[in-house]
Amino acid sequence: MAEGVRARVKVPSSASAGESVVIKTLISHPMESGQRKDSEGNIIPRSIIHRFVCDFNGQNVIDVNMQPAISTNPYFEFEAKIPESGEMKFTWYDDDGSVYEESKSVSVG
Amino acid sequence: MELTRRGAIALGAGVAATLALPIRAMASVDEAIAEFTGGAEIGEGGLELITPEIAENGNTVPIEVSAPGATAITVLATGNPTPKVVTFNFGPLAGAQRASTRIRLAGTQDVMAVAKMSDGSFVSTSNNVKVTIGGCGG
Repeated sequence: MAEGVRARVKVPSSASAGESVVIKTLISHPMESGQRKDSEGNIIPRSIIHRFVCDFNGQNVIDVNMQPAISTNPYFEFEAKIPESGEMKFTWYDDDGSVYEESKSVSVG
Repeated sequence: MELTRRGAIALGAGVAATLALPIRAMASVDEAIAEFTGGAEIGEGGLELITPEIAENGNTVPIEVSAPGATAITVLATGNPTPKVVTFNFGPLAGAQRASTRIRLAGTQDVMAVAKMSDGSFVSTSNNVKVTIGGCGG
């Protein structure tokens, strides 16, 4: 597991039914591309988050397939439709098998 | 020097390998596109790719793609060692077929986006980005 991985997401806590809301996510991760070399000239092995998924009440919002060309601390901004109150779930999948999760509740009022 | 059969074959292979090198980078872009489209024809229009004209730091270049009615959008950096960058697959609850992120670019190059529309057709667009400092740690 990469050290000190911390996920941050920005989701409005309330929305009107059927509204499209902007979601911002940021996760701290070195995203080692596998192209860099250390001071001795050895290639630093690839270690990235390769997939990010956002679901709302079990229904998919966005599924992102990531390659090493994504910058350090991957950031995503996208829109989600909120049909009812519920839980927005974010999942990141690391190359080393770790899974980072975060969730936020959104209420429709 | 007598040119033997063995020698001629080795020479031929060497020349072929040398010739293949410069086109390899281009071929992998085509391969990446073919992998996404399945070899389908690519049209234009309906897809917007927003990139900075000049990126001072190739390590983190903000990009945004938007294609109303798309089911998936892929982004390719044609001048990177591995051209594939990211693929966004939009689910039923996507509020808009729009996403932005930050990518690495090895140098000045064309960034390309290909979108798969809900009717199964494909569209693409590309932008040139000038990079002052490359972002692949070479």
